[in-house]
Amino acid sequence: MRMAGGRGSAWVPPPADGPIGGQPMSVGPNPVEMRGITKRFPGVLANERVDFTVRAGRIHALLGENGAGKSTLMSVLTGLYRPDEGEIYIRGQRTVLRSPGEAIDLGIGMVHQHFRLVRPFTVAENVVLGHRSQGFFYRRKEVERRIEELSSRYGLRVDPAAKVWQLSVGEQQRVEILKALYRGAEILILDEPTAVLTPQEAKELYRTLRRMADQGQAVVFITHKLGEVMEAADVITVLRGGRNVATVPKAETNQRELARMMVGRDVFLDQSKEPVEKGETVLELRELHALNDKGLPALRDLSLKVRAGEIVGVAGVAGNGQRELAEAITGLRRVQKGKVLIAGADLTNRSPREIIDAGVSHIPEDRLGMGLVPGLGVHDNVILKDYRLPPICSGPLLKPRAIHRRAVELVERFDVKVAGLDSPVRLLSGGNLQKLLLAREISARPKLIVAMLPTRGLDVGATEAIHRMLLAQRAAGSAILFASEDLDEILQLSDRVAVICEGRIMGERPPEGADIEEIGLLMAGSKGDARREGGRGA
Amino acid sequence: MSGAKGFIRLEKRPKPSPLLTFLVPAMSVVLALALGAVFLAVTGYSPAKVYSTMLSGAFGSQYGISETVVKAIPLMLAGLGVAVAFRMLLWNIGAEGQLYMGAFAASWVALTFPGLSKPVLLPAMFLAGAVAGGVWGLLPALPRAYFGVNEVITSLMLNYVAIYWVDYLVYGPWKDPRGYNFPLTPPFSPSAQLPTLGQTRVHLGLVFALVAAATLYLVLRRLKWGYEIRVIGESATAARYAGMNIARNILLVMFLSGGLAGLAGMSEVSGITHRLQHGISPGYGYTAIIVAWLSKLNPIALIGVSFFLSALLVGGYSIQTSGLPAATVSMLQGAILFFVLGGDILINYRFRFGSGRAGATAVDRSARRPAVGE
Repeated sequence: MRMAGGRGSAWVPPPADGPIGGQPMSVGPNPVEMRGITKRFPGVLANERVDFTVRAGRIHALLGENGAGKSTLMSVLTGLYRPDEGEIYIRGQRTVLRSPGEAIDLGIGMVHQHFRLVRPFTVAENVVLGHRSQGFFYRRKEVERRIEELSSRYGLRVDPAAKVWQLSVGEQQRVEILKALYRGAEILILDEPTAVLTPQEAKELYRTLRRMADQGQAVVFITHKLGEVMEAADVITVLRGGRNVATVPKAETNQRELARMMVGRDVFLDQSKEPVEKGETVLELRELHALNDKGLPALRDLSLKVRAGEIVGVAGVAGNGQRELAEAITGLRRVQKGKVLIAGADLTNRSPREIIDAGVSHIPEDRLGMGLVPGLGVHDNVILKDYRLPPICSGPLLKPRAIHRRAVELVERFDVKVAGLDSPVRLLSGGNLQKLLLAREISARPKLIVAMLPTRGLDVGATEAIHRMLLAQRAAGSAILFASEDLDEILQLSDRVAVICEGRIMGERPPEGADIEEIGLLMAGSKGDARREGGRGA
Repeated sequence: MSGAKGFIRLEKRPKPSPLLTFLVPAMSVVLALALGAVFLAVTGYSPAKVYSTMLSGAFGSQYGISETVVKAIPLMLAGLGVAVAFRMLLWNIGAEGQLYMGAFAASWVALTFPGLSKPVLLPAMFLAGAVAGGVWGLLPALPRAYFGVNEVITSLMLNYVAIYWVDYLVYGPWKDPRGYNFPLTPPFSPSAQLPTLGQTRVHLGLVFALVAAATLYLVLRRLKWGYEIRVIGESATAARYAGMNIARNILLVMFLSGGLAGLAGMSEVSGITHRLQHGISPGYGYTAIIVAWLSKLNPIALIGVSFFLSALLVGGYSIQTSGLPAATVSMLQGAILFFVLGGDILINYRFRFGSGRAGATAVDRSARRPAVGE
């Protein structure tokens, strides 16, 4: 595994030809001061008179739910959007940012959540790609030398000559950071930087960020995870509904208070999980093999059991076979080898319809497009699974009244906020979409629920609602297999944690007293003791 | 993405505009006529005179009206066929060929069993026309359903096969020996002819077309099968997830689509020409695509649109006497479709003038889909 390690922290002076080299740091005006920023979109007030000041040498977390206006505010700072009102001061200078290029010239660098790298190119090539001061010729040696300088200065270990496609996700993120630093960024903004990282990689990132702050850089990271904020930030700004609710030093706050500021009410961070008596084995996977869309092995020799009344959480970094696992169970993906047993019956490679009829509900990763039909209304979406069964139809005819009753019942029972039952569901917010999807899947009284990333991208309130729904199903005796990228969520909900890496179950652990370090290592594919005790589970 | 600096930008509407869903087709027609007027004026004709000639040609006489209705029949039937396929994002461009095959099969029944009585012969021709058109629609559907072969090309190419097949028959083995060498078959017996309305040429095909429109509307709204068509058209992924059989639906819908076009062919030979002949359709199958698109794939709206385009056709014949080529009408049709497709974007997007606020959304795929109205 890659570990921070890089102890060669000899201070290298900034290159003289850097766009803004030789500026005094840490003294003088604040790197960023945004005053009274207002940004409107059609029908939405994304930012309302937001003040936001970043100081040199600090790690500043920008915390808020989805739609709180975090990304908008940072897009204003990086020149992507122009504010309708308000002023921006960069190092004390009143500035109007007309384009991202101007922001880069001013030393504002952004690391996006989805990397913008050319995969067949080397690290060095990616770093200089599109860089203005890069002349006509590509001076590989010199570029690589400067990248190595930056790497050692900030502890960003990565080989400049490696091709990007060969790198792990964590390394690719380092390339993105290097790209910003190479362009002379003194203000670095990271959008949800840990979403794709293992816990170890996240820790290493925090160390890098700390090092940058220690050397006078200003660091801003956007997040909605409370744990991350408490671990890595010095100062926290909470946005809610487009407004700046508070800016507080970390030492003067705690998770509970931050959650309250973020949501605007008290939040129960820990849903109490009542003990439920476990029943028969509902899902049994035996040495499953399946390919991904590119025809490469996605599931390898995967075995897993889930019993009635049990939640098994699949922990893993995104793209390690979670999607393929769900699809193999639900009949949407061909199983190459191995068996899928549901309630004792062999349903390997049966049609999705047969598997639905066997009592399997599926909350796909792709809510809109797979789980729900974007262009159709609530009426048409609530019957997606049972439009062909009474009471929704009789003979070949649909029964509009029964459909309407069903739609009203689900929307009311699960508190889904809709504009109208016939307006396209693509207009719903992420949380309401997911509640609608879960409502439909749960109302079928499934024996097994396969839920992929059920709370990804949802705000705290909606996440809470989804957790409650899943726990209620567990209490009702469903077997639940769920995957999440958020380890805290997995530990909180699961009765058993199965760690997946490259399509293999690396090991199973009880969530109580779980060793996060160890789970992180398993997620990263490190075998260690996993081989000995992990494997066949329960 | 760099900051948008232009003066005109497209901005996504929070919601598709319901008003524009209906206004866009109407305005497209107006704009197309305006463009046509400019063209006419430039080429030295008086637009007002040409348009009024067209109007009186289509509606000015009993004959004109009856012709408008007569030509609306195949447009409506083939248009319904195209619309139901388009609903499932199956781009059936082969309505013309399916129409010819329907005409061929109906003619075969009429010429082979001339002695049968009307109540037997007409239903047999009806069935033969629909099945032959349906089978012609199935030909591109099979490779599409099982191998993902693009149906646009295959359905289009099959048009030529069908047209030349009919030509082969009427120039060769089926040619009327007493037809002075014209490319047509002997006339059908009276029992193979659709009843007409009084002295006009309006025939029973009108009833087929209207019933088909109403039926299709109900199928889409009220039947499980129609629900599947709508779901597959919106998201094939969701349909598969819900356990729907997509391949089977592709076959069924293309059979229905081709069958409706085949029925148009049957009603042409049985209601109008009373024989099979060369050039049985002046491109109804292609105009049907415009009909389907202008009506936003809504079967009820399609009835009105068929009459409108038919009037345009009939009006077009009447201006040929003033020295204008009939192709003028094709040009107008093309312009209408052009404006409809261009205007569609305004349903989901709107223009913003002036620079300043950035944040314009790029045009995504969804803007290219017809906004389906019901």
